[in-house]
Amino acid sequence: MYKIGLIVNPIAGMGGRVGLKGTDGREILQKAKSLGAISLSPKRTSAALEPLSVIQGKLKLMTCPGDMGENEMISCGFVSDIINGIKSKETTFADTQKAARIIRDRGVDLLLFAGGDGTARDIYIAIGTTLPVIGIPTGVKIHSAVFASSPSKAGELSLLYLQKKIHQLREAEVMDIDEQAFRNGIIKARLFGYLKIPYERRHIQGGKLGSSPSEEIIHKAIAEDIVESMDNDFFYIIGPGTTTRAIMQRLGLGYTLLGVDVVYKKEVIGLDLGESELLKLINRGKAKLIITPIGGQGYIFGRGNQPLSPQVIRKVKRDNIIIIATYNKIVSLKGAPLLVDTGDLSLDRELNGYMQIVTNYHERTAYRVKF
Amino acid sequence: MNLKKTVYPYIPNSEPQVQKEMLKEIGANSINELFSDIPEKLLLHKKMNLPKPFLSEYELKRHIESILSKNLTCKENISFLGAGCWQHYVPAVVDEVIHRSEFLTAYAGEPYEDHGRFQAGFEYASMMGDMLEMNVVSIPTYDWSQAASTSLRMSYRITGRDEVIVSKTINPNRLLVIKNYCNPNVNVVMLDFDPNSGLVDMNDLEKKISNKTAGVYVENPSYLGSIESNGAKLSEIIHKAGALFLVGVDPSSLGVLTPPINYGADIVCGDLQPLGIHMNYGGGVAGFIATRDEKEFVSEYPSRLFGIAPTENSEWGFGDVMWERTSFANRESSKEFVGTAAALWGIAAGVYLAVMGPEGMQELGKGIIQRSLYAQKEIAKIKGVKVPVLQSSNYCEFVVDFNNSGKTIKEINKTLLKKGIFGGKDLSKDFPQFGQSALYCVTEIHSKEDIDRLVFALKEVF
Amino acid sequence: MGMNMKTKLRNYHAVCWDEPIIYELDRNGERAIIVPEVDKKIIESVGDGISSIPKSMRRKNLPQLPALSQPQVLRHYLHLSQENLGVDLNIDIGQGTCTMKYSPKINEQFANSEKITEMHPYQDESTSQGLLEIMYKTEQLFKEISGLDRFSLHPGGGAHGIYTISSIIQAYHKSRGEEGKRNEIITTIFSHPADAAAPRVKGYKIIIIYPDENGCPDIEALKKVVSEHTAALLITNPEDTGIYNSKIAEFTKIVHNFGGLCGYDQANANGLLGITRAKEANFDLSFFNLHKTFSSPHGCGGPGSGIVGVTNKLAKFLPVPVVSYDKGNNKYFLDYNSSDSIGKVKDFYGVIPVILKAYAWTMSLGAEGLREVSNVAVLNNNYTMKKILELRGVSMAFPEHKHRIEQVRYSWEKLAKETGINTENIQRRIFDFGTHYWTSHEPWLIPDPFTIEPSESYSKDDIDEFIAILGQIVKEAYEDPKKLKNAPYKSSVHHIDHDVFDDPSKWAITWRAYKKKYNGYFQPK
Repeated sequence: MYKIGLIVNPIAGMGGRVGLKGTDGREILQKAKSLGAISLSPKRTSAALEPLSVIQGKLKLMTCPGDMGENEMISCGFVSDIINGIKSKETTFADTQKAARIIRDRGVDLLLFAGGDGTARDIYIAIGTTLPVIGIPTGVKIHSAVFASSPSKAGELSLLYLQKKIHQLREAEVMDIDEQAFRNGIIKARLFGYLKIPYERRHIQGGKLGSSPSEEIIHKAIAEDIVESMDNDFFYIIGPGTTTRAIMQRLGLGYTLLGVDVVYKKEVIGLDLGESELLKLINRGKAKLIITPIGGQGYIFGRGNQPLSPQVIRKVKRDNIIIIATYNKIVSLKGAPLLVDTGDLSLDRELNGYMQIVTNYHERTAYRVKF
Repeated sequence: MNLKKTVYPYIPNSEPQVQKEMLKEIGANSINELFSDIPEKLLLHKKMNLPKPFLSEYELKRHIESILSKNLTCKENISFLGAGCWQHYVPAVVDEVIHRSEFLTAYAGEPYEDHGRFQAGFEYASMMGDMLEMNVVSIPTYDWSQAASTSLRMSYRITGRDEVIVSKTINPNRLLVIKNYCNPNVNVVMLDFDPNSGLVDMNDLEKKISNKTAGVYVENPSYLGSIESNGAKLSEIIHKAGALFLVGVDPSSLGVLTPPINYGADIVCGDLQPLGIHMNYGGGVAGFIATRDEKEFVSEYPSRLFGIAPTENSEWGFGDVMWERTSFANRESSKEFVGTAAALWGIAAGVYLAVMGPEGMQELGKGIIQRSLYAQKEIAKIKGVKVPVLQSSNYCEFVVDFNNSGKTIKEINKTLLKKGIFGGKDLSKDFPQFGQSALYCVTEIHSKEDIDRLVFALKEVF
Repeated sequence: MGMNMKTKLRNYHAVCWDEPIIYELDRNGERAIIVPEVDKKIIESVGDGISSIPKSMRRKNLPQLPALSQPQVLRHYLHLSQENLGVDLNIDIGQGTCTMKYSPKINEQFANSEKITEMHPYQDESTSQGLLEIMYKTEQLFKEISGLDRFSLHPGGGAHGIYTISSIIQAYHKSRGEEGKRNEIITTIFSHPADAAAPRVKGYKIIIIYPDENGCPDIEALKKVVSEHTAALLITNPEDTGIYNSKIAEFTKIVHNFGGLCGYDQANANGLLGITRAKEANFDLSFFNLHKTFSSPHGCGGPGSGIVGVTNKLAKFLPVPVVSYDKGNNKYFLDYNSSDSIGKVKDFYGVIPVILKAYAWTMSLGAEGLREVSNVAVLNNNYTMKKILELRGVSMAFPEHKHRIEQVRYSWEKLAKETGINTENIQRRIFDFGTHYWTSHEPWLIPDPFTIEPSESYSKDDIDEFIAILGQIVKEAYEDPKKLKNAPYKSSVHHIDHDVFDDPSKWAITWRAYKKKYNGYFQPK
C-alpha cells in the first residue's frame, strides 16, 4: 500500500489572475473574489493526481474535507480518508498547518500540497523536514524550490517516489516574499527554511535511476574544491543554503543554514551576521563571498540573502564572488541565466556578464549572469 | 572535368536527379548553399590531394591484395612469438558468429531491438566469470594494458591512496601505458623480481609497501612466462598493508591454473585475444576487468556492465548496471571514460568459451604446458643454449639464453627467418640483465614436428 | 504490385526466439570442438604437464562453463544475432552522433584475409611490409584530409583519441615548464561527454561553456574563462546540434593568444570532408573515428579506432611507434625514435583491421568521393529536417539556423505537453517498426530530445520511410497515447524492469551472480 496525504490551499493563485500578486490576508482575498477571481487549485490538483491513477488500487489517501482536498479526490475518482477538525470552507493558514501535522502524525509516505510560497511556508512551519513532500504549483508566487515544474510533473514525481524508482531526498528551499512589498513593486524574498523533496536527477531516462551520486556527495565534492583553494589572507563570507553548508561541514565548523556566516583561516569568526557586522569585518581585510543560487529561478542576489547588501557586494568586489551550484541546478535553468536583483541597479549592471560556477570537484561552468 | 557525374555505389543519393528533387524540397538551389554557416575563409577552396580512387570493386581488390601480398604470415611460416599477442587456433564457429551482419554492424541500440547484443555480452561476461570464479566482469576495454591501468586507478579510488606498486616482470609496453595513464595523480613504484626464479621479490615488496599503497599489480603467468608460486603470501603482505591485490592473467591458462581470486586477488584483468581472436598484427586485443560483486568495486568500473532482469512477460531481459557511473551518463564526474572499445571481440571470446567448454579449456592449458616443456627440453639439448633460464615453472612462454652462442638474437632470428621460422621475441633491450635472450612461445597450434624443426634449425645456426 | 512504405508501413515483427541463457542449454559431456591432440612422444618425454605447476597454483575444479555440441552453439548464437538489428538491416538514421553508414563487404573480405589475421606484431619488419605500407599510406591520406602533419594510429576509439590528445597536451606544456600552471581544459556542453571525462583522468580541471542564444558555444564565455591556466580547448564542430560554429577560428585564436592548445573532436566530421579542415581553423590536434566516418563497422561497440593527428610542433609527443618510410631502401618501418613521446596508450600499433577497412574505403572514393559523402550526408540531413519539422509536436533547438551540417537535435517538447508522450515512449514504440532511435547524450538541455543523423548511406525513399514511421507514431501519440506508452509490442522482448540494475542486492552481471542471488528463476510478476 502507498500512503499519501494531500492538502490543497483552495485560495492559492486567486490573486494572480486579477493582478493582486498573492492572497495573503483576508482583505486581499475578499478583493480578489470581488474582482471575479476563481481558484486554480482544483484543476491543477486534479492534473497532479491523474498520473497516480495507475496505482489507484494500491493507494491509501488521506486528505482534508471539502475545498482542501476532498473535492479534488472526488472529481478524480479517488476514495480517501478525510481527517477531522479542519474546516471545509473559508480556510486559513492555520488550517493548512494543522492539517499537515495531523497527516504527518497519522503516518504517510509522502505529502502532496497544492498552493504557492505561502502554503509551502505553512507546511514548513508545521512539519519541517520530518516528511517528504512535493509541491503542486497552483499559487501566484512560486519562488520556493519545493514545487514541481508543473502539476502533472508533481504527480509523475510522486509516482516514481512511491514506486521507489527515486530513493534519494534533497532539501529544497522554502522562500516567501513579503506580499505587501511585492504589490508595491519591491521584491523582498526571504529564505524561510527547507522541506524534503524526492531528488530527481536532471530527468528520468529509461528507468536508469537511483545510482547517481546523491546531491550530498556532490555538495561534498564542491566543498572539497573550495576548501582546497582557500586563502588564509581572506575572510570568507558564506551565504545561506545547503550547498554552502557543506563547506562548513567539511571544515568541521558550526554554521547557520539560513544565515550568512564568516570564516577566517578556516575558523568561524561570526555566525548569522547582518549587513553592518559584515561591513565591519570586510573593512578589516580582503574578503571572498561564496554563494549559491537560492530558490528555483537562479537568483544569486536579492532572494533570501539580505545581509549581502549592495554595499557588502561592492566591498567584496565582483572577482571575489565564488558561485557554487550542482550541475543539476544549472541544467534545471534550461539555459536561462543566473539572476541578480540587489536593489541597486548600477551594481546589478556591474554584476552582469559571465561568472564561473563551481559545479563539482575541479569542475567549473562559465555562465551568464543577468539583472 | 567529367561531364557525367560519378554515381557512387555506397551513396544512394549521389544520383543527380534525386539530388535535384531533394534540393527542391529543401528550397535550396545547390548543395553548397547548405554550408552557408561555414565562413568563406575556412572553406577548402581546392580539391584534396588524394590518390586517384579505385572506383570499381575489382580494381580496389587488386590494389589492396597486391599490398597485402607483401606480408608473410605466421601460417606460411612457423612462429614462436608471443609477448602479449599469441597464436592460438580460432574455431570456425567463432568467426561465423562475429561476421554476422547483425552483430558486425550494430552499435549502441537499446536492450529491445539489440536484445541479442546484450545477451551475448552478458554470456561472455558470465563465462569469463566462471573461468575467473568472479561474479563481475566488464564489457571489454581496448586491451590488457588499458584494463591494467584502469584496475590501478580503481584501486586508487577505492583505497583513497595514491601510490601503486607494479612488478618489473610485466609486459614492458604495458608499463608505458600504465605510466601514462597514472600520470599525474598516481605514483608508480617498481617492484623487483628474483633474478633466479623470475618471481616477485618478497623482500622488496615488504620494503616498498606502505600505508600509501593503493594496489600491487602482478602478472601471472608473468611476461617472461613464470608461474608465481607465492600467491597466498603476496596476498597476505598486500592485504596487511590495506592495499588491493591486482593480478593480470592470460585467460587461456585458466583451464589448468587456479583463478587469482583463490590466492586473494581483488581485481583481475587480462586480454581476451587468446580466446578466439586472430592476432591481426596486434589489432585483435581486448581487455577485461573482473572483481567480486561488491558495491564498492562495482561502482568504480568505468566500463559498461550488462545485467540480467526479467521482462514483464518473464522473458530474459538485459540492461546497463549502474549506468550513472559512466561518462555517457555523467560526463566529467564519471569514473574515467567509456566509449567504443572492443565489444565484438568480447562476443568472440564468449563463443570461444562456449565452443571449448570446460574440458576443452583444461585440455588446452594442459597441452600448451606439455608442448612448452617438450620444446624447452629439446632446445636445452643444443650446445651453447641455456633453457630454462628462470628456475620456476612456466606456462606457454619461456626465456631462452643464447649468450654462449656468440650471436645476437637479431642475427639468430634472421637465420631462422630464412628457414621459415619466426624466432622468439628479442629481450635484449627490455631485459638487458638476460643479455642475448629471447622469449619463446609455444601453444596448441605447434605440433611436435614444428618444435623439432625449430630445434633442428637452431642447431644449424651454430 | 510493389508496396509503398511511405503510405503503408511494413507489418514488421522482430525475431523473437525467447532464447535461453547458454547455461540453460548445458548438457554435461558434449563437445563443440576437439582440441589438437598432444603427440604421444611429447607425453612420454614430459608427462602430464600439470604436475609441473606448483600445487597451490593448480586449478582444482573444471571451470563451470556450459558444455554443448557445435550445432547447438552455432544455433544459439545465430538466434542471438537475429535478435539484433544492425545497420545492414535497418534504416539506421535515428542513432544521431554515431554516423551509422554502410560498411562495404569487400572491406570485410580484406580484413578477414590471413595476410592480416595471421600476422604477429613482432614479426620481422621485412615480413610485414604490406601492413606497414597500409598504415603509412593511411597516415598520408589523413594528413591531407585534416591538413595536419603527423598521425598516430594507436587509439582504440574516440574517447581513447581524446585521452591521447589530453596526454599530448600535458606533455607539450610540461616540455615548456608549464605543466603545473596550465591545469584547465575548456570544453562545451554539447561536445561529446568524453571531451570532459578523458582530460579529468589526466588531472585537468574542466571548464564548461554553454551555448549562446544562437546555439553556438558562447564566445563571450570563452573570453571570460581563458587564461594563462588554460591548457587547451577541446571542442566539437559542428556540435551535436548540427550547427556549425562559424566563429571557430576566433575560438582557436583566443586560446592560442593565451598560450593554450586547441584540440578538435572530429567525431562529427561526416559533413565536412573536403569542405573545411582542422588546419584551416588552426587546430593543433584532432582525431577521427574510423569506425564511424570512415565506414569501418561499429561491431556492437568496437573494435573501433580514433586516430589522432597533430601539427609538426607536437609530432614528437605522439605515442611510439609511428610508421615511417625509408626511401633509399624502399622500406617501411616502425619508428621508435622519439625521446619526447608520451610513451604508449595502447598495446602494439593500433586496431589494424579497422585501419585497413578505413584505408580501403577512402581509396574507393578519393577526393571527389569523400566530398560527395559529405555533400550527400548534408543534403540528406537538411531534407530530413525539412520533413521532420512538418510533423506535429516536433521542434528543433535554435531554429534560426536555417541549414544544418550532418545531424539535428530535435525536441518533442510540444508533443509531450500536448499528449504526455515523451521521447522515451517514442523510442520504445519505434522498435515496433523495424528501426530504432537514440534520445541524446546527457544533459538534456533541450527537453525530450532526439538526434537524427541520416548519413550518405540512405536513399530518399529510406528517409521517407523513416519519417512515415515517425508520422505514424505522432498520430498515435495524439490519438491513443495509452497504447504508445506500453510499447514495444513487436520487439524481441517486452518491457524490462530496469530497477534491479541499480540495486546491489538484485543486480546480476554474470550467471554465477544470478544463480547466487536468485537461487533459481526470477519470480514471474
